[in-house]
Amino acid sequence: MSKIAVEARNAVKAFGQGEHAVRALDDVSITIHQGEFFTLLGPSGCGKTTLLRLIAGFETPTSGTILLDGADITDLPPNKRPVNTVFQSYALFPHLTVAQNIAFGLEMLSRPRAEVAERVGRMLALVKLEALAERKTSQLSGGQQQRVALARALAPQPKVLLLDEPLSALDLQLRKEMQVELKRLQVETGITFVFVTHDQEEALTMSDRIGVMSAGKLQQVGAPRDIYTRPLNRFVASFIGETNFMAGQTVPGGVRLGCGATVDVVGTRPGAVTLTVRPEQVRIEPAGAGGIPAVLTSLVYFGTDTHCHLALSDGAEVVARVQNPTGGDVGLVQGQAVSLRFAPGAAQVLED
Amino acid sequence: MADRAFSVARLPGFTAIAGLVFVCLYLPILVLVVYSFNSGRSVASFEGLSLHWYADAWANDRVVDATLRSLTIAACAAVISTVLATMAALGTTRRRAFKGQTFIYVMINQPLMVPEIVTAVALLILFASVKVATGYQGLGYLILAHSAFCIPFAYLPIRARLEGMDLTLETAAADLYASPWHAFRRVTLPLLLPGIAAGMMLAFVTSLDDVVITLFVQSAGQDTLPTYMLGQIRRQITTETYAISTVLLGLTVVLLTLFFALTRKKS
Amino acid sequence: MSAREQRRIAAEARAGWLLSLPALLLLAVAASGPLLIMLVYSFLEPGQYGNVEWRFSWDGWFGTLFSRDIFDGTVQLADAHLTILWRSVKLALQTTLFTFVVGFPTAWFIATRPPRARAMWLFLITIPFWTNLLIRTVAINEIIRTEGLINKVLLGIGLRTTPLDMLYSDFAVFVGMTYVYLPLMVLPLFAAIDRFDMRLLEAGYDLYASRWKVLRRVILPIVRPGIVAGSILVFVPALGAYVTPRILGGGKNMMIGNFIELQFGQGRNWPLGAALSVILLVIVMAALLIYVRAANRGTSSHG
Repeated sequence: MSKIAVEARNAVKAFGQGEHAVRALDDVSITIHQGEFFTLLGPSGCGKTTLLRLIAGFETPTSGTILLDGADITDLPPNKRPVNTVFQSYALFPHLTVAQNIAFGLEMLSRPRAEVAERVGRMLALVKLEALAERKTSQLSGGQQQRVALARALAPQPKVLLLDEPLSALDLQLRKEMQVELKRLQVETGITFVFVTHDQEEALTMSDRIGVMSAGKLQQVGAPRDIYTRPLNRFVASFIGETNFMAGQTVPGGVRLGCGATVDVVGTRPGAVTLTVRPEQVRIEPAGAGGIPAVLTSLVYFGTDTHCHLALSDGAEVVARVQNPTGGDVGLVQGQAVSLRFAPGAAQVLED
Repeated sequence: MADRAFSVARLPGFTAIAGLVFVCLYLPILVLVVYSFNSGRSVASFEGLSLHWYADAWANDRVVDATLRSLTIAACAAVISTVLATMAALGTTRRRAFKGQTFIYVMINQPLMVPEIVTAVALLILFASVKVATGYQGLGYLILAHSAFCIPFAYLPIRARLEGMDLTLETAAADLYASPWHAFRRVTLPLLLPGIAAGMMLAFVTSLDDVVITLFVQSAGQDTLPTYMLGQIRRQITTETYAISTVLLGLTVVLLTLFFALTRKKS
Repeated sequence: MSAREQRRIAAEARAGWLLSLPALLLLAVAASGPLLIMLVYSFLEPGQYGNVEWRFSWDGWFGTLFSRDIFDGTVQLADAHLTILWRSVKLALQTTLFTFVVGFPTAWFIATRPPRARAMWLFLITIPFWTNLLIRTVAINEIIRTEGLINKVLLGIGLRTTPLDMLYSDFAVFVGMTYVYLPLMVLPLFAAIDRFDMRLLEAGYDLYASRWKVLRRVILPIVRPGIVAGSILVFVPALGAYVTPRILGGGKNMMIGNFIELQFGQGRNWPLGAALSVILLVIVMAALLIYVRAANRGTSSHG
């Protein structure tokens, strides 16, 4: 078991007072391991940035504790926490050069001059900005500013690096590049990264583990694969990727859907349940093949695949994603009667 | 013009009125500047170019004396009001609204709201008793009064600059181990400096311009340049007045140009 | 809310007060405090050689509106005082109105220039604004006096055979105040027009409005906060004007500012001067109150 880098225990953060109080963070407990690339994922206003700011020390929790390496840092001001942040707006000091920006933290820690110079050089090399050391930050492109912000936050060798939606201001091309770059930096430095984003793709491709948040609460924590294939609840299932929801009743041997068919499921709960199946896990077979009977209501062409909208006999709607063959035609027509089958282990019972 | 495109922003006659306004604004000043170079003794007619009114003013001990006094007061008032205004601006911006904040705004802007003559009378009443009680007759009263009414002029550009500043910069400094003092010294202050300089310049010009309050607060023999000029005008407007005016005008233009250069840079 | 957060909020408020305190102290000593002392003085008896005797008296306030005949002690309305008060209000209102009439087109002109030119025009308005009031009054005096530019032109082109006597009249004071306070009207108007979304004009014309209707129904209502701000900025100093009426109005055409000064000079009636100052202050505060109301209404209906 790897050591714990950051821990939040029952963290609550309320803004406003009395009746108008809004709980941005509602009793969140989380552990983040050393050397891990941990992502907090959720829609805007879900509390992910608040949690990050609690770890950084920019906000104090209404109740609960924050621990770093097992020590309580809840009351420590940000300048005494060995934690650094890459801000969404970068927050580069406009009156300082690139090198001066990177040196700032080290100077504040009163490191010897030679060490500062050496470290700044190493950081510039790390983010490949040696040529721009003496530039003012306002003269840099968005991607370059992003690298300076990274170098500045990494220079003091923090125990944890916090990244607050750092890629949101970049265009798509640059964002893809920086995703690879960030992952490389994390592996090279071995520093614990806590990354905040609302972009599920970013979260899935870069993280070791993801914490999905909604409405101030932590919904699920797990590896990207677990989060995608085994969502615990409706929110997680719908926020990450596309999915089908189906209502059913637990019966011996599976769940009986509204149309009368019984399907094998993962997980079990008694009574009325909600099932989720990813569209790419839905197989379309010729009518009468023994699966669930359905009718194709519409086909939408998506380039790599085709989305087939299907109606079951009770009117429930299911979407299937069929990969387009070389010719481009999946060989289905609107109004056609077909039979559906879910891939083994694809149908999951949700907690709510 | 028939072939001119319909312009939504044009309103008939507005450009003509604006043109006339600018002519009317500058013509009197221009005439005054031109007459300051008049070689004739009287201001009645222009008799040729000469700098001798400037030379005369420069040779006039009372003018030199008043100039030095004006500059001393303006410099002291600008420094004092700017330091206090900077502190107040830091105290009233970019923090959670607190009880009494509106009161502080009103207090700071109070000199802008009360007619000068009223403040002048009130200060006369107060200082008359203080002068009798302490026996002190020095420049302190003028510096105190000027510092007070210059505060809002210094405060406004500093506050504007602070509000335009990115708050996350200080958060970033704190994140990078800067103590509150270091964050102020190394990040806030350098970024605020153009605002402070602009505020100080406005305070300086405001102090230099003051007539009414100075008139009521000054002790005997404490003429500043404007009150000296007013005293002269009371008798007769002379070309010397025009020469002094032109110099003051030049100084104002220089300071304002600097002010605009300083405040423009932020955008 | 936790005790920790409450402590932090309290500390922040305390820091705000502490930082503002030196400025507040100076303003209390040399701006606000003296106003209170002035109020006290308006209820005292005038001293024989100026200043006051520390005895309570209503005479200062009584004297603002009435005068007592020296010989028979009958009480009459003090016509001279009322004339001065009326002249002050009238001139201040006239100045406000006229500066708006010429200031609005000027502000509109500046706000509709391309950015670079706009900065230049704005600078040109700002220079007179910051130029010494005394100098500007002297400059306008130079133009309108008997041997001044206007009369030279009038005589030169033969429109008149004798020079116009404009100086030392209410008209001269009006011209002078319009001249010196005009930038105070233009600057807030410009700020309001600058924020005005010119696409609204396109919408207005698209909906069949004429230029005049667009001005009256679209532009003026939206820039109203600027109009109110400009009017206050002109009205307040115009009402309390001292330098301009003194130079251009001569001894006879006094405004309330000059009349107040007189009580502290030759008049040797400090309580009367103090009472007049309080009256001036009250009128100004009433105007400011109207401004705050109007400005709030303006922002709430457009915000």
